[in-house]
Amino acid sequence: MPVAYFLVLSALLFSIGVYGVLARQHAVLVLLSVELMLNAANINLVAFSAMLGEAGVPGQVFALFVIAVAAAEVGVGLAIVILIYRNRRSVDIDEMSLMKW
Amino acid sequence: MNPLLAQSVTQPSVDWHALAPELVMAGTACLVLVADLFLPRNAKWIAMPLSAAGIIGTLAAVVSLINTETTTLAGTFEVDAFSLLFKGLFCVLGLIILAISFHYFRAGSYYQGEYYFLLLCSLFGGLVIASARDLISLFIALELISIPGIVMVALRKGDARANEGALKFFLFSVLSSAVMLYGMSLVYGVTGSTILSEIRTSIGSGDEPLVVLSVFFVVVGFAFKISAVPFHFWAPDTYEGAPSPVAAFLSTASKIGGFVGLLVLMFKAFPEVADTWAPVFAVLAALTMTVGNLIALRQQHVIRLLAYSGIAQSGYILVCLALINPGNPDANEQAFAAAVIYLAIYGIMDLGAFAAAVAFARRGGTYFISDYAGLWQRSPVLALLFGGFLISLAGAPPMAGLIAKLFVFAATIEAEVYWLAIVMGVNTVIAAWYYLALIKKMFFETPELDEPVEVPYLLSAAMGIAAALLVALLVYPPLLTNLADRSIF
Repeated sequence: MPVAYFLVLSALLFSIGVYGVLARQHAVLVLLSVELMLNAANINLVAFSAMLGEAGVPGQVFALFVIAVAAAEVGVGLAIVILIYRNRRSVDIDEMSLMKW
Repeated sequence: MNPLLAQSVTQPSVDWHALAPELVMAGTACLVLVADLFLPRNAKWIAMPLSAAGIIGTLAAVVSLINTETTTLAGTFEVDAFSLLFKGLFCVLGLIILAISFHYFRAGSYYQGEYYFLLLCSLFGGLVIASARDLISLFIALELISIPGIVMVALRKGDARANEGALKFFLFSVLSSAVMLYGMSLVYGVTGSTILSEIRTSIGSGDEPLVVLSVFFVVVGFAFKISAVPFHFWAPDTYEGAPSPVAAFLSTASKIGGFVGLLVLMFKAFPEVADTWAPVFAVLAALTMTVGNLIALRQQHVIRLLAYSGIAQSGYILVCLALINPGNPDANEQAFAAAVIYLAIYGIMDLGAFAAAVAFARRGGTYFISDYAGLWQRSPVLALLFGGFLISLAGAPPMAGLIAKLFVFAATIEAEVYWLAIVMGVNTVIAAWYYLALIKKMFFETPELDEPVEVPYLLSAAMGIAAALLVALLVYPPLLTNLADRSIF
């Protein structure tokens, strides 16, 4: 299978992620959209790694690190979302406007 | 015995001495976290001297490595003059930040042990990024700087501004890493390697659309991290919401970490395709300087003023990246050295200004610029020091800000990019306006209160060290310029 198929898939995922980040108001959905973007990068890495064959080990290692870092990020992100929910009873991003300019 | 178990394993060779600064820093971080568990509530502050000792130990390890040039961990970790200079800088900045933090966190009884642990983790990321020479370790080091930073911003759990600042920082941070990562994955696909030196040889020409796209994604990801306009929106809000010492950290050490990563990537991996990215940096630099300075003009809150001034200062550093032209190696070296000099001086003077703001706000004081009226009559020394840091940020004597600006100007002229030199000149004038307005308030207006501002010894020491370093660099620039010249790739 040509590697282009995987690139198209990952580009689509990435675009859906970007759209979600820009358009969604719920903080958890924004988090999920970012996850889509990170996984788009992972698909790229794994596809290129398979394309390179024996020499492609660093790509797989990279993907594993990305998964680990994404988990850490989501941990911190959900903690902040819970904090905000406790203080404001809402996690709507558009309401986060105490500070401007 | 089973013959399988008798077979020998070839041990990968690791140069432990080259890794010593990182090991000491990581060890101290773990020690602080464990020690915090066993310290009684009123002795939690001991985490701070412990961290300070660890950073001094790290600095000693950095000094012991001077004049070594080596790579280890399969070429992904390099120790050279550049990485040692920035490791030393991170240690100095870390010590000053500890001094700024101590009274702030002790008085508020925030999570002291956790804070120092997170700070050390972030500094550890800074040490690693100075040596990282492949995409994976660059990415990990960058995340290691920012993720503990996000938690530090959110430490004041009940404060709505802290929550909002943390969420904004978090969203921009993960978004930028995702964009950068997507770019890095394409770079890996185009070149088939994650090692920067191998990427350099196999990246091919800058006409390839995939190459242009991947470099563009990486640059945008970094632009978020260094709060370049138009990706700067998180910075002022995050700094205002965060505990002020954390804002000082984000504005200096964390931003410098981002710039170090950017310099390494652009000069080690992408110099052959500079045609494609240098113009992007030129636009970013001009926008960042101008927008940062113009919005800073109307700020009423000192931390926000410093945030926008910090954004504008990033613009001057981005100018150095915009000057790169594959056909002119001499000018490129000069631009690189100017970026290194500017980063070092900016870190120290900005930290000094933050220390002065924290000192002023400590006892019932505020961060509002109007309250600074007549500080000269109340606390002459604090007013003089704060004024000195501000003038230095504006680029005038008696501190080293002048040197930093001069080197960037000289590099711009040398590279014959005159329009950027003009933009810089205009911006220096705009910036002088708001710095001088604050200085005028401190020195020439009558105060509403009479009592002097009490400044604890540690904060005075932090400001004193920063001021002494800056004056020394102005009097004898070769202290820094020699190091910068040696650190050119």
